[in-house]
Amino acid sequence: MVSRRKVIQRVLEGAVFVGGGGLIWGKSIKANTKADYVLRPPGALKEKDFLKACIKCGQCVEVCPYDTLKLAEPGDGIANGTPFFEPRTIPCYLCTDMPCTDSCPSGALDLKVLTKEEEKPDILNSKMGLAVIHKESCLAYWGIRCEACYRACPLIDKAITLDYEVNKRTGMHAKLLPVVHSDVCTGCGVCEQACVAEKAAIFVLPLDKATGEVGDHYIKGWEKEDEKRINEEVEKADDDKDVKSAIDYLNDDDLIED
Amino acid sequence: MKTIKYTILRRIIQLSFLFLFAGGNYFGWEILRGNYSSAIIADSLHLSDPYAVLQILVSGFIASSSVLLGALLIFLIYALIGGRMFCSWICPMNIITDIAFRLRRIFKIETEAKVSVSRNLRYYILALSLIVSAVFGMAAFEIISPISMLHRAIVFGSGAGWAIVAVVFFVDLFVLKAGWCGHICPLGGFYSLVGKQAVIKVKHDKEKCTHCMDCFDVCVEEPVLDIVGKKSDFIRSGACTNCGRCIEVCNDNAMKYSLKFDLKN
Repeated sequence: MVSRRKVIQRVLEGAVFVGGGGLIWGKSIKANTKADYVLRPPGALKEKDFLKACIKCGQCVEVCPYDTLKLAEPGDGIANGTPFFEPRTIPCYLCTDMPCTDSCPSGALDLKVLTKEEEKPDILNSKMGLAVIHKESCLAYWGIRCEACYRACPLIDKAITLDYEVNKRTGMHAKLLPVVHSDVCTGCGVCEQACVAEKAAIFVLPLDKATGEVGDHYIKGWEKEDEKRINEEVEKADDDKDVKSAIDYLNDDDLIED
Repeated sequence: MKTIKYTILRRIIQLSFLFLFAGGNYFGWEILRGNYSSAIIADSLHLSDPYAVLQILVSGFIASSSVLLGALLIFLIYALIGGRMFCSWICPMNIITDIAFRLRRIFKIETEAKVSVSRNLRYYILALSLIVSAVFGMAAFEIISPISMLHRAIVFGSGAGWAIVAVVFFVDLFVLKAGWCGHICPLGGFYSLVGKQAVIKVKHDKEKCTHCMDCFDVCVEEPVLDIVGKKSDFIRSGACTNCGRCIEVCNDNAMKYSLKFDLKN
């Protein structure tokens, strides 16, 4: 027969163990994933799911023919043993046979992520990140001819195009300005590696860090598909009684009395 | 008879796995690619750590079928041959902790932790790891596992993991005897549960036993030897790692590997 005192003691010990242990454990997980951002191999699930799924076996790293991929170590601030790459050091060269994605046993890297509409998986569908240009440190935007990133880009004239602009300072030259197109850019980072600036003026950020979102309260009236939405919204509003009352509230007598 | 044939065999197997894994990374060998968390044999058969996969499932991700089947296969193998055969025959951390254990005996280091640490701690840590995995949405032990850091340090040549391996070594050496493998490691706890009813077990013969206690001296899981000198039976505890040290040191042939088919506790 276990005494009541013993039972209470056990329960308290258990609570302290789970609470205290869980807290410390959680803290070390947080410390292990504290990096601001990390670039994952092609075909990676969204970061949150990726962290759940990755079994940290390193097979993607092993099959990478360019040694682009590395496994995170303690101290990197990236979950221990998960694969990542730093394009300034070695970018992703977009192997057409996608060995890393293909080698992943757990599904953290998934060929389905690289597959659009029932077609075959294609490395060009990868969205490891998005190249972003810091104009103030970009030689081309100074007016000096550079084009290093544009020439290096494996999707030249698609992911990076050149815009021509008059150089107002000299009044007689053109500026050839690199522009990144987010619908095509794979985030491979070859541009980042090619950039001649001391600290790259073009660099890859994860999609969620490099993209904005308009929301659905603006409509592109010049696009037929988007224009349809306005009619849908109006219909929805008509069904909604609250909208009517919201419009009519100014005519409400009570409002004047208050 | 005194021998170390099982220890030598264990080291050969442990080092062979490390060698093949490392070769897979550095030279592109396809015999065994990956590491102890998940691997592929000859580019065709997946093997996975069932405990790691369990954490992944608990964290809320349905792992792919290749990983699930690989984990099931490993699970079944260890359920059959004894879960903790992973610990003493495969796990690279065992080499480190065995060295600490041996040094303790050689230099007669008797230090023990001030507070008594239960060998059941690993089961609590095992349970906690699943809770933390679920709460934080990430395989909790995998992210801090010294074992993983050790084999990744070797297979992938990363340096930082060695620090935590050193911590394990010195804790084992100066703070708590068999601290990591015998008390803390939740993977060992997991495999203890898996191998409870395994077929390969060490069998003790009371009639031959002379109570010399040599086996207690070398055993990293001492409590599993509770029947020694008292009754002839299998070492039934799942915590027994089947390392064979007791068999090696027994001068009386009172211990031997044997096959167990009953399901008694």
